Amino acid sequence: MRYKFDFGALVEHWPEFLSGALTTLQMTAFAVVFGLVIGILCAIGRRSASPFLQWLCGFYVETIRNTPYLIQIFFIFFGLSSIGIKLPIFVAAVLTLVINVGAYTAEIVRAGMDTIHPGQIEAAQALGLSQPQIYWDVILRPALERVYPALTSQFVLMMLASSITSQISAEELTAVANNIQSFTFRAFETYIVVAFLYLLLAVILKLAFYGFGQIIFPRRRRLGTAL
Amino acid sequence: MGGFTLIHFLYLLQATLWTVVLTVLAFGLGSLAGFVVMLARTARTRWIRAVSMIYVDIIQGTPLLIVLFLIYFGLAVVGIELPALLAAAISLMIYCSAFLGEIWRGCVQSVPRTQSEAAECLGLTRWQTLTDVILPQAMRIATPPTVGFLVQVLKNTSLASVVGFVELTRASQVINNSLFQPFLVFGIAGALYFALCYPLSRLSRALERKLNVGRRQPA
Amino acid sequence: MSAAVSLRDVHKRFGEVEVLKGVSFDVAPGEVVAVIGRSGSGKSTALRCVNRLETIQSGEIEVHGRRVDDPALDLRALRRDVGMVFQSYNLFPHLTVAENITLAPRRVRKTPQSEARHIAVEALARVGLSDKIDAYPEQLSGGQQQRVAIARSLAMQPKVMLFDEVTSALDPHLTGEVLKVMEALARGGMTMLVVTHEMAFARRVADRVIFMHTGKVWETGAGEMLAHPQTPELREFLANGL
Repeated sequence: MRYKFDFGALVEHWPEFLSGALTTLQMTAFAVVFGLVIGILCAIGRRSASPFLQWLCGFYVETIRNTPYLIQIFFIFFGLSSIGIKLPIFVAAVLTLVINVGAYTAEIVRAGMDTIHPGQIEAAQALGLSQPQIYWDVILRPALERVYPALTSQFVLMMLASSITSQISAEELTAVANNIQSFTFRAFETYIVVAFLYLLLAVILKLAFYGFGQIIFPRRRRLGTAL
Repeated sequence: MGGFTLIHFLYLLQATLWTVVLTVLAFGLGSLAGFVVMLARTARTRWIRAVSMIYVDIIQGTPLLIVLFLIYFGLAVVGIELPALLAAAISLMIYCSAFLGEIWRGCVQSVPRTQSEAAECLGLTRWQTLTDVILPQAMRIATPPTVGFLVQVLKNTSLASVVGFVELTRASQVINNSLFQPFLVFGIAGALYFALCYPLSRLSRALERKLNVGRRQPA
Repeated sequence: MSAAVSLRDVHKRFGEVEVLKGVSFDVAPGEVVAVIGRSGSGKSTALRCVNRLETIQSGEIEVHGRRVDDPALDLRALRRDVGMVFQSYNLFPHLTVAENITLAPRRVRKTPQSEARHIAVEALARVGLSDKIDAYPEQLSGGQQQRVAIARSLAMQPKVMLFDEVTSALDPHLTGEVLKVMEALARGGMTMLVVTHEMAFARRVADRVIFMHTGKVWETGAGEMLAHPQTPELREFLANGL
């Protein structure tokens, strides 16, 4: 076995790597925003008085959390196209990511809301706050602050999992790598470069979440303690 | 284009068996490696801790799919051609080792320091302290998240389909390619995964609850 | 003059257990009424019924002419008029002292931000904590947290204040500062209904003391009643403490 490592052949492909990485970041950004919204709504739904809503949200969360993301992608992407709905690949990929991460987010947010002491809600009621105001000011905000580390690591994991959307040819980082290695025949080098780029994206994402947390949670910024 | 028949279902069931085999293989190997990672992460020697931390960060920051491609396609280019099952098992083992090692490190470190101090005062060696005092206590805490992680491993075996290993996901793809009934075929595959994962998830949560009740703090 | 708070034959059950068995009493405007009794006597439940944190099965409760037991009651209007301070402070941990105090004014009364700050300053001055305005609850002692909780209630300018064993969770050396704030409030003419274990406070500050026992008003009178108990139950309660 004689193999000479040659990363030089990959240098000329840097614009493709870059555009793949940017696509991955874009997909992640969309999925974080919409996934968070769905997750929060779902966590609230699981605490609602309506048994149907409780069941529906529970069904969604458990189904997604107990099946592989790849199967979800195939189900949604090929399923939709079989009934004539042909979404652009990027949209389809983001859709599957949102549906996937929404379920994990719901579970994390719910755990956060469960840590809010009933006395907090009583105090807010006694002050005359309405139900939506209580949800926002007294339950959701501290709950999100408390689970923020768990949420952000989930989002980083999701960014990594977005590599699986290469299987429906979303033009993100992994798909780009598959392409490049297929005509440079430099699989080893290509995937090492891509692994490094994912590590870099993960670090960037973690830093961004840290900075964002410092902005939106002033208590954390000032005291530096967990809520 | 025919319909979904019993033959198809049996084919899926058989593939499910391979999913289970791969899960057991990956989790078994991964546990051994994870144990070593845990030891390294809690080692007294600084550079061992540092190296193992870098290892964990790299694996946790790289998509499993990329690890799999490196092992399967990458090594092939270098001249090491692994069968798909082995490549998948090795990739999953690496993945497991980083995550399990980190989960277990947390559990070991959550055992109060005074426990190991007391054990060492009694003249126990470091290894005896670990096996007789720390691990029995850490194991109780470690069981729920470990079972929870087993679910992650089981789901991630689906990635082996990408390198052509015929487990449940690959089998459902094969069937769908001939029937083209994606909702039905992937729905059934999803249900089979669910049937394997959901009981484990429930078990993990039940164990967790039991643990919390035992440790509940006065309000 | 009509009562600020009045309870008429109030019955309250938790499942099978009847905690309030026909409780009746009035609180006049500006009056300070202390409610004492063993734990389980129903005194805290009675208090919580007044701002409808608990709903009652039968009887009538009125606060400034507003029927609390009316299902069509405007709950938020009631709670604007009735302030409540809890045993466990229940400050919002993610908000600063100022934000804790101004949350309800901003949300419920739609007070603008700049004015809200002014409200916080004023309310904190009344409880003697002006220098803590930008602190977070975890940076304060228990006594200070409880004083902030009082300020938070005051900021809504309630007509009636309810105090539910507000010193019970505090170390003995911290109860004094909270009781002093309450005493100042009482002297300022606030209508107060105070469930308490502090007999000295009840005797000195309260216009009237109500002794509750097994879900009923057992004995009621001025502060001196504690020096001359009429019923054996009150005598025993005073002798044995809680």
